[in-house]
Amino acid sequence: MPEIGFDLLLASALLWIAWRALTSPDVFKAVVLFITFGLLMALAWVRLGAPDIALAEAAIGGGITGALLLDAAGQLATTDAAPPRGRTLLAATLALLVALLLGAAVLQIPDAPARLGPAVSAALPESGVTQPVTAVLLNFRGYDTWLELGVLLLAVLALLALRGTSHLQDVRPLTADPLLGGLASVLVPLMVLAGGYLLWLGTHAAGGAFQAGAMLAGAGVLLRLAGHRTVEQASSRLLQVAIVCGFAAFLLTALILLASGYALLEYPAGRARTLIVLIETAAAVSIGCTLATLVTGATPPGAGAR
Amino acid sequence: MTVYLLLAVGLFALGLFALIAHPNLLRKVIALNVMGGAVFLMLAAIAAGDRQRSPDPVPHAMVLTGIVVAVSVTAFALALVRRLHAETGSACLPEADEQ
Repeated sequence: MPEIGFDLLLASALLWIAWRALTSPDVFKAVVLFITFGLLMALAWVRLGAPDIALAEAAIGGGITGALLLDAAGQLATTDAAPPRGRTLLAATLALLVALLLGAAVLQIPDAPARLGPAVSAALPESGVTQPVTAVLLNFRGYDTWLELGVLLLAVLALLALRGTSHLQDVRPLTADPLLGGLASVLVPLMVLAGGYLLWLGTHAAGGAFQAGAMLAGAGVLLRLAGHRTVEQASSRLLQVAIVCGFAAFLLTALILLASGYALLEYPAGRARTLIVLIETAAAVSIGCTLATLVTGATPPGAGAR
Repeated sequence: MTVYLLLAVGLFALGLFALIAHPNLLRKVIALNVMGGAVFLMLAAIAAGDRQRSPDPVPHAMVLTGIVVAVSVTAFALALVRRLHAETGSACLPEADEQ
C-alpha cells in the first residue's frame, strides 16, 4: 500500500523538523522551522481526513503563531542561554519515560472506540447546515464556541493590561512601505473576498468562521506591516466593537432565546440556519480583528520602534 | 492511524524535552506549541479510526477550538515574555542557584 509509505515519510519529516525547530542554536531559525512544521502538520490533517483543521492550522497555527513568534524573536534575539548540563539529562530522561508510557497506552486504544459520528449524522438534518463540523461547532456545541470567543476576548484584555494602555492601536509609528503598500492594495480586497467565501463555504463544505477569521486577520496584519493609511483612519471604537461582536452575538442570541422560553442556545426549528449564518459572520469578524490585534498590538510602549 | 498516534507521542515527548531543557522563554513557548499540536494530532488520529468510515466530527470541532485557544495562549505568553524582557533585560527566568 503506497499510503502507509507516505504516512511514514510524513511522520519522519515532522519528527525531524520538530527536532530541528526545538534544538536549533539560532532563535530566528527555530521560529522559521516551526512555521514549516505548522505547514507539514496541515498535510497530516489532510491525511487524517480533516480538511477544516488543515485550513485552520495552516492559517492560524502556521501563519498567526509564526507572525507572533517572529515579532517576539526580533525583539528578544539578543538573549539566549545554553541549558545547564544536568538539566538536559533530566529533560531527556523524563521525555523518554513519558514517550514509553504514552506509547504503550496509545497502542492499547481499541480500533473502534466509542464514536459520536453516527449521532451527529442522525441529527444533521435538523441542524440547519450540511457540514457536520460546522453543525457541531455552531449548533450542537455552540456553547463551547461561545466560551472560546470569550477566551480570545480575554487574551486581548490581558494584552492591554500588560501594555499598560487602553488603546488598541499599535503605538509604534507607521512607516508607509510603497512596495508592501502596492501589494496590500491588490491583495487585501482579494483576501477579504476569500474570507467571505470561506465563511459561506462552511455551511456545506470545509470552511467556516475560524478559517475566514484567520484570512481576515492576515489581511489586517498585511495592512499594518505596509503602514497603509487605513490603519490610522480606522477608529478605535470601531475596532472595539468588531472585537466584541462575536461574543456579543452569542450572548444576544442566548438571552433572546432564554426570554422566549427556549433552553440555552436551543435554536428554534427552521430558524437554525439563519441564526448560524448570522452568528458565524459576527464570529469571523471578531476572530479576524482579535487575531490581527494580538499580532500587531503586542509591543509594550517604550520598547523602541522596530 | 497507529502511525499518527505514535507520531503524536513522539512530538509530545520532543516538546516536553525542549520545554524543560531550554531556559529561554521564547523556546519554551515554541515547545508548548509543539506539545499542543501533538495533542491535537492524537485527537484527530483517534477520530479517524480505521479509515473505513468517515471521521468523527466532534473531535475535529474540539481541535479547531483548541487551535484558536492555543494561539490566544501563545499571544498572552509572548506578551508576558516581552514585559519581562522590558523590565529585566533578559528573556530567561533566573536560575535557582543565581538567586
